[in-house]
Amino acid sequence: MRFAFDSVLKASARLVWHKEPELPPETRAVVLPGGFSYGDYLRCGAMAQYSPVMAAVRRFADAGGPVLGVCNGFQVLCETGLLPGALLRNQNLHFGCEFVNLRVERANPPFASRAVAGQVLRIPIKNGEGAYFAAPPELARLEANGQIALRYCDENGVVGEASNPNGSVANIAGITNERGNVFGLMPHPEHAVEAAIGGTDGLFLLGSLADAVRRADSPR
Amino acid sequence: MSDYKEPVVDLALAREHGLTDAEYECIVEILGRTPSFPELGIFSVMWSEHCSYKSSKKYLKTLPTQGACVLHGPGENAGVVDIGDGLAAVFKIESHNHPSFIAPKQGAATGVGGILRDVFTMGARPVANLDSLRLGPLDQPLHQYLLAGVVEGIGSYGNAVGVATVGGETQFHACYTGNILVNAFNLGIIETHKIFLARASGVGNPVMYVGSKTGRDGIHGASLLASAEFDAESEAKLPTVQVGDPFTEKCLIEACLELMATDAVVGIQDMGAAGLTCSSFEMASLSGTGIALDLDAVPQRETGMIPYELLLSESQERMLLVAQAGREEEVAEIFRRWDLDVAVVGRVTDDGRMRIQWKGETVVDIPVDPVAKSSPELDRPVARPANLGERQKLDLASVAPEEDFEAALCELLDSPNLGSKEWIYRQYDQLVQGDTVIRPGGDAALIRVRRPGGEPTAKGLAMSVDCNPRWCWLDPRVGAMAAVAEAARNVACTGARPLALTNCLNFGNPERPEIMWEFAEATRGISAAALALETPVVSGNVSFYNETSGRAIYPTPTIAVVGLLENWERHAVSHFPRPGLAIVLLGENREELGGSEWLALRRGLEAGLPPIVDLEHEKRLHGLLAAAVARDLIHSAHDVSDGGLAVAFAECAFGGPRLVGATVRLSVGIRPDALLFGESTGRVIVAASDAKALIELAQQSGVPAECIGETGGDRLTVGPIEGEPWLDLEVAPLRERWRDAIPRRLGGLGES
Repeated sequence: MRFAFDSVLKASARLVWHKEPELPPETRAVVLPGGFSYGDYLRCGAMAQYSPVMAAVRRFADAGGPVLGVCNGFQVLCETGLLPGALLRNQNLHFGCEFVNLRVERANPPFASRAVAGQVLRIPIKNGEGAYFAAPPELARLEANGQIALRYCDENGVVGEASNPNGSVANIAGITNERGNVFGLMPHPEHAVEAAIGGTDGLFLLGSLADAVRRADSPR
Repeated sequence: MSDYKEPVVDLALAREHGLTDAEYECIVEILGRTPSFPELGIFSVMWSEHCSYKSSKKYLKTLPTQGACVLHGPGENAGVVDIGDGLAAVFKIESHNHPSFIAPKQGAATGVGGILRDVFTMGARPVANLDSLRLGPLDQPLHQYLLAGVVEGIGSYGNAVGVATVGGETQFHACYTGNILVNAFNLGIIETHKIFLARASGVGNPVMYVGSKTGRDGIHGASLLASAEFDAESEAKLPTVQVGDPFTEKCLIEACLELMATDAVVGIQDMGAAGLTCSSFEMASLSGTGIALDLDAVPQRETGMIPYELLLSESQERMLLVAQAGREEEVAEIFRRWDLDVAVVGRVTDDGRMRIQWKGETVVDIPVDPVAKSSPELDRPVARPANLGERQKLDLASVAPEEDFEAALCELLDSPNLGSKEWIYRQYDQLVQGDTVIRPGGDAALIRVRRPGGEPTAKGLAMSVDCNPRWCWLDPRVGAMAAVAEAARNVACTGARPLALTNCLNFGNPERPEIMWEFAEATRGISAAALALETPVVSGNVSFYNETSGRAIYPTPTIAVVGLLENWERHAVSHFPRPGLAIVLLGENREELGGSEWLALRRGLEAGLPPIVDLEHEKRLHGLLAAAVARDLIHSAHDVSDGGLAVAFAECAFGGPRLVGATVRLSVGIRPDALLFGESTGRVIVAASDAKALIELAQQSGVPAECIGETGGDRLTVGPIEGEPWLDLEVAPLRERWRDAIPRRLGGLGES
């Protein structure tokens, strides 16, 4: 993830230790990467929501700052309540690592301005608890507010049961909060940032965030 | 003084510890007295087969371990191979067979954990895992359960520590019904000036314990579990299996690498088999020093642990290190930051003795070298198996020719051994760290080399793990040679130059002369191949006693070869990349059906001699492939192995992201079933845009090459130059059968 932002997108990313009480003052965007926080021996992300730095992340998000959560980062955002819903065990009960097709539902800044709505992205997933779930009323709100950002689809962009890799409700692969400044997704765009290794479809997402950060920094 | 009572040490107790009468006498002689209970425990683990290699030493010494690229060979935690520009690859393969049979998930997980520690102990960042699995027939519910558990265990550990599992192999055979094999390989990258060794030098330097607390798990895992065969009571050995904690391991990796970036550490060693005992003795012995340990300072997870338990525990995720005197606090601070236990547990001394204190009392006082170095070296009797001639007997004329080539191909592709392993590797994170160029499913995995903690380089490392145990059973020398040749050929198929190998030698009970003969023969085969292919043995592991109630596994010398590509962007994949390419066969088709999958599956016969291995030809083939890839003459290269040409063509056609059919015409000089399904070694199927240039290059290299067809369409058509094709099948349904070979046999477990 750091390589994608630092070396590919030249967006000067830096790591922040989870025990830090504050984010660096120059922070323009926060990315919670994938991994296994605290081993995920409890529910994924359930421990990490109590990391000291998460209070600062919440303040940053509340102030409108862009926060991206990928895989475990998405799980942490759901556990902290910055995003609605939850990630459940994959329907087949196995960890799954494979490239999937994703349909871009909303091509808005700060996370998808480089994409167009309806575009199909090929990006890998790799998780054991990636089945997105929201109760029907919540799901209806997500649909109505346009908070569904990405759905699993086939290579032609058709969303259906056959293209759902893990049992996610409504094929949801990624969602935003109502305000649109917090985005969580299970696929790993950082594994698709180089033509010869995984392709470059991940840049449609990560590049959008880098663009947004640059716009925020450039003098008006 | 505590009120705990130790058992009385005598010959009977020594025998219970797996020591022979002669070994016990030797111990009494070394000490000049009867050993204490913890001392007996120490000798029993240090002299166990697992730790001392007493049966195998004689043969391991004969393996070629030298080479221009070798920085550190066997004897260190892992082999270190120079890959240029100040970088080195650190790798090793190790078995975790017995624990995985008893507790598949934990056994396999801790196998991955252990091999990772061997690699990062040297200062390397672990970047890639391979796994070699062998189980009993998949129609047995026990082996369905074992497969599911082992795969989950490997995934749960490798995925969580953030090391990609990029390849491996899985086979099913009745000989593994009572003894499965789980061999885990890891490779790390290191800067050559930052290699750390297991040394305890500098008298007065502190000996520090870091990582998890010590519990009672895994006591005698090495001596009793790994160094004896299974019997009806083995299931009661559950407490000897350790429990893994990948999160702690992840923290330990990061903390150790952070520490090693300072110059505060003198030496470091993983507490693996036999835990604190083995690590401290090895470090002191390698430095010619002694160590004074205080067991009360050891972080403990349970109360009331006695010296015997503290010394022999195989609790996971622990390391022992020697720091520079006066820098204890600096070291401790790093580990505390990662929420890991850290304690000064002793000092380096100059008297060559291991003195261990517990509650103010000396409980162990023994000289280091006799324990670590003077472990027995046995010259066990060897005898050619009486029925070997019987096994090798095969009169091809009496083997009915294949009557339905298409049905044969379908049956082969649908068999668990040749079917897709996607169900397995889908459960592994193949991508983490972002450098996986060729993912599982091809001949060899290929990763891009990244400078530790820094930017990617142009270099790539290819790696493959292989063995054909049936061939080893029919002729262990040729079988072992073939394993080296195949692993190297797979690596060469990417365009990489094979550099070195690591081996995991899985065999039955060495006390039986015919098993020892198989072992001796296999090491001779490995030596011959490693010399000829210039791939020295840089690390490895021996696993004996893989037998249950007197029935041994087939000899299984698993070989992993690592190769270097100077420019990873220029590499060959194993599948046909697109239509319109010429298909060229490198190597020769011989009438060899002995030991083949076809013979086993279609004729129910495991017999004959394995195919011949022409090492000189293999070496020329490596050179040709590297040159052809570097000159961009070939787009794909696929090794012909199990199932022969027919299976290899099918894999080329459906192995990639999209299906690419092929039409192939072969010149017939041998029986057609041998041509299609024979497993002659030294062959590679190549897709080229300029066949003429490639064939010219092959001729210059002395490698037989022939244009046999072209890619395109959605069918696989294979036939003689004149006449009706033997095979004419749609590729898509073939792929479905191949993909479903494992899941369909797993029932509910197989859903994906």
